[in-house]
Amino acid sequence: MTQMTQRFFWALFSGALFAVGLVLGGMTQPAKVLGFLDIGGLARGISSSAQPGYWDPSLAFVMGGALMVTLVAFWLAPRLARPLADAQFHLPQRNDIDRRLLAGGALFGIGWGLAGYCPGPALASVLTGGADTLFFVAAMVIGMWAAKRFPLPSGANGELAEIAEAGPAPAPRSV
Amino acid sequence: MHPFLLSLMGGLLIGLSSWLLLFTLGRVAGVSGIASGLVAPYRALRDDRAWRWAFVLGLVGAGLAMALIIAPPQIPPRPVFLLVAAGLLVGYGTVTGSGCTSGHGVCGLGRRSVRSLAATLVFMGMGLATVAVVKALAA
Repeated sequence: MTQMTQRFFWALFSGALFAVGLVLGGMTQPAKVLGFLDIGGLARGISSSAQPGYWDPSLAFVMGGALMVTLVAFWLAPRLARPLADAQFHLPQRNDIDRRLLAGGALFGIGWGLAGYCPGPALASVLTGGADTLFFVAAMVIGMWAAKRFPLPSGANGELAEIAEAGPAPAPRSV
Repeated sequence: MHPFLLSLMGGLLIGLSSWLLLFTLGRVAGVSGIASGLVAPYRALRDDRAWRWAFVLGLVGAGLAMALIIAPPQIPPRPVFLLVAAGLLVGYGTVTGSGCTSGHGVCGLGRRSVRSLAATLVFMGMGLATVAVVKALAA
C-alpha cells in the first residue's frame, strides 16, 4: 500500500472517530453548545440536557477529555522521527499573535454563538440535521472559499494563513 | 451513564482521533483547516488532497452512522438568514484565524501554543457575548 493510500485510510478512521466522539459528547446538538455559551444561565442553575435558561457545561467536559489526550499526544510527538505514513510532521510553526488570528477568531465566535455550530459538529451532522445543518454548512463552505480568495489583510506583512499550513513557501495571493 | 461522563468520554475519543492523525499523518486534527484545504486555490496547497477528503468523509459518514445509535436532535426550524450568516462567519472566521474549536481548542491548547490560547479565548469570549446579546434582544 502506498503511503498516500495509507494516509487516506488513517484519515478516514480519524475523521470517523472524531465524529463518534462529537455525537457521544452531545456536540452535534446546537442546543447544548448554546447552553454552554449561555453562561448567564448559571444564575438559574446547571442542566445536563440543554434545558433553556440553564447553563449546560457538557462542552467543557468534551474539551477537557480531549485535552487530557492531546496534551500527552503532543508532548510525546517530538520523540518520533517522523509520523507513520509521511516523511515529516506538518505542524504549525507560528508563535505570533496577529490581527488576522484575533479578527478571525472573533468572527468565528460570533457565528458560533449565533447557530451553535463549529466546523466539526456541523460536518458530522450535515446529513442528519436537516435544513438546519444543510444551510449552515453550505454557507460555511462559501465562507471558507471566500477567505482563501479574499483574505482579510494582515497588519504587518500580508501573510496568508496557508503559509502555516502548507509550509514555508509563500502562498500566492489570488483574487 | 451520566450525560457529563458521556461528554467526557466523547472528548477522550476526539482526543484519540487527534492523536491518531498526529501519529500517522503528522498533522493537527483541525477540522476547519482540513476542510478549507479542499476549497483552497489548487496551487496554494502543495500536499495531496486525498487524505483531506478521507477525513471529511469519515466525519460525515460516521456522523450519519451514529444516527442509528443515538437519535439526532430535533432542531426547531430556525431562520435561514441566521443559519447562512452564522455559516459565513464561521467559514470566513476560522480560515482567517487559522483554526476552530478543534485546531486551536483541542490540538492547539494540547500543543501549548500561545497563538491557539489567544484564538480560543477570543472565539469563546465572542461566543459567550453573542449568546448574551441574542438572549437580551429576544427578551
